[in-house]
Amino acid sequence: MIHKFTLNDYKIVLDVNSGAVFELDDCAYKMLDFIDLPLPAECPKDIYIKLKEFSNDEISETYSEIKELVEQGLLFSKDDYLPFVEKLGTAPIKSMCLNIAHDCNLECGYCFASQGDFGHGRKLMTYEVGKKALDFLIENSADRYNLEVDFFGGEPLMNFEVIKKLVSYARSLEKKHNKNFRFTLTTNGVLLNDEKIDFINKEMSNVVLSLDGRKEINDRFRCFQTGKGCYDIVLPKFQKLVAERGGKEYYVRGTYTRFNLDFSNDVEHLFALGFDQVSIEPAVTEKELPFSVREEDLTRIFKEYEKLALLMLENKKQGKKLNFFHFMLDLEQGPCVYKRLRGCSCGNEYIAVTPEGDIYPCHQFVGIEEKKMGSVLSGEFDNKLKVDFASATVYSKEECKKCWAKFYCSGGCDANNYLYEGSIKLPHTISCEIEKKRLECAIMIKVALAQ
Amino acid sequence: MKHIKIVNKANLKETAHKGGCGECQASCQSACKTSCTVANQKCEK
Repeated sequence: MIHKFTLNDYKIVLDVNSGAVFELDDCAYKMLDFIDLPLPAECPKDIYIKLKEFSNDEISETYSEIKELVEQGLLFSKDDYLPFVEKLGTAPIKSMCLNIAHDCNLECGYCFASQGDFGHGRKLMTYEVGKKALDFLIENSADRYNLEVDFFGGEPLMNFEVIKKLVSYARSLEKKHNKNFRFTLTTNGVLLNDEKIDFINKEMSNVVLSLDGRKEINDRFRCFQTGKGCYDIVLPKFQKLVAERGGKEYYVRGTYTRFNLDFSNDVEHLFALGFDQVSIEPAVTEKELPFSVREEDLTRIFKEYEKLALLMLENKKQGKKLNFFHFMLDLEQGPCVYKRLRGCSCGNEYIAVTPEGDIYPCHQFVGIEEKKMGSVLSGEFDNKLKVDFASATVYSKEECKKCWAKFYCSGGCDANNYLYEGSIKLPHTISCEIEKKRLECAIMIKVALAQ
Repeated sequence: MKHIKIVNKANLKETAHKGGCGECQASCQSACKTSCTVANQKCEK
């Protein structure tokens, strides 16, 4: 399987199964439409007829080059991945989303978590429940050395004292159990102060800072109960945190809606504010909601990503170290094929724990009773559900199996699939289309920089 | 090559031999945490 596309005047081909990427001239790009395997030693006569705008020499040279790449296993390479899929069973739990606060001090209009309480009432996680969750993670992590714990909400900083105690508790377990905890935290920034910034910059290996871009865009949705936007309050706090971060990982994460489909301006705005790691994601929710991105918006959205890709390319050429998260792509040293077959592995390697101690496959499933997996308090855990989630690979999802992007998105978000398509194995169309466009942009940037 | 430029020829299949250790970062694919497309993840080896 190959995927060919043109972008920014480059003619590009991705060989799906090998991961090889090529830039082609016009003759080679057109010839690929007429290639049938196995390739005869000499170029078939009908190809000369179909490509009559090119000289015979050009056609025979191009054919030889295609043939050489096919023989090297770099073009039209075989799909040999089934044996690896069969090896994938369940795996140890290595990553935990701790919903430390089902409460929030903002009421963002697009919040998937029902303004922070996930539809189940406002509640903070106690230290005891958090401790049990960390114990559960260690007990179920087998020989995994790196364990991730993400403090999530609601707004996690509403429960800062418990976070501090849990980090200290986890650190006390590292040596004894031969584990390395990597903490992350997602915050709206409202409660940040010097103490919290110091703590986050010391203990969190990554921090996600929520800000949507231009003030009027941010303040349309990211508001206090009074209706006042949070931009002016959180911006200086985020800038201070990043200035003192000492090069550790962070990113500013925004949401775009169908009210700001010109979101490249928000990315530029965030760069101009001094943030060099930026992510902007679409609000993809029930299509009846006025702000939700819809299929008819895709053409406009694709143009915006193309605009952003040109901007990022220009930045890179100028040596600027600005990063747009969704164009990050490592063609050489990316993750192994096992990782690519299953993606996030929620419900298998990744779980979420609520303030009540309930276990769900991930934070997006919280509150969906039929996907509740157990409890860290009672220790019960539904292994049947784990097996079901572990079986969600790109080869068990019919649409993914046929898709050129499968080894890059790895089957997308199982929660989105479930919530919008009714099954974890039915990919969510709009998310797929956006992801494919971002990948094409990312590959184009690589091709352009290889000039 | 005159008509085809190889931008990258890393072979995904080769990663099957060294891979599968599971030590890499979980790649949350959901937009609310930012879809960490698997492609942008680092290998820990």
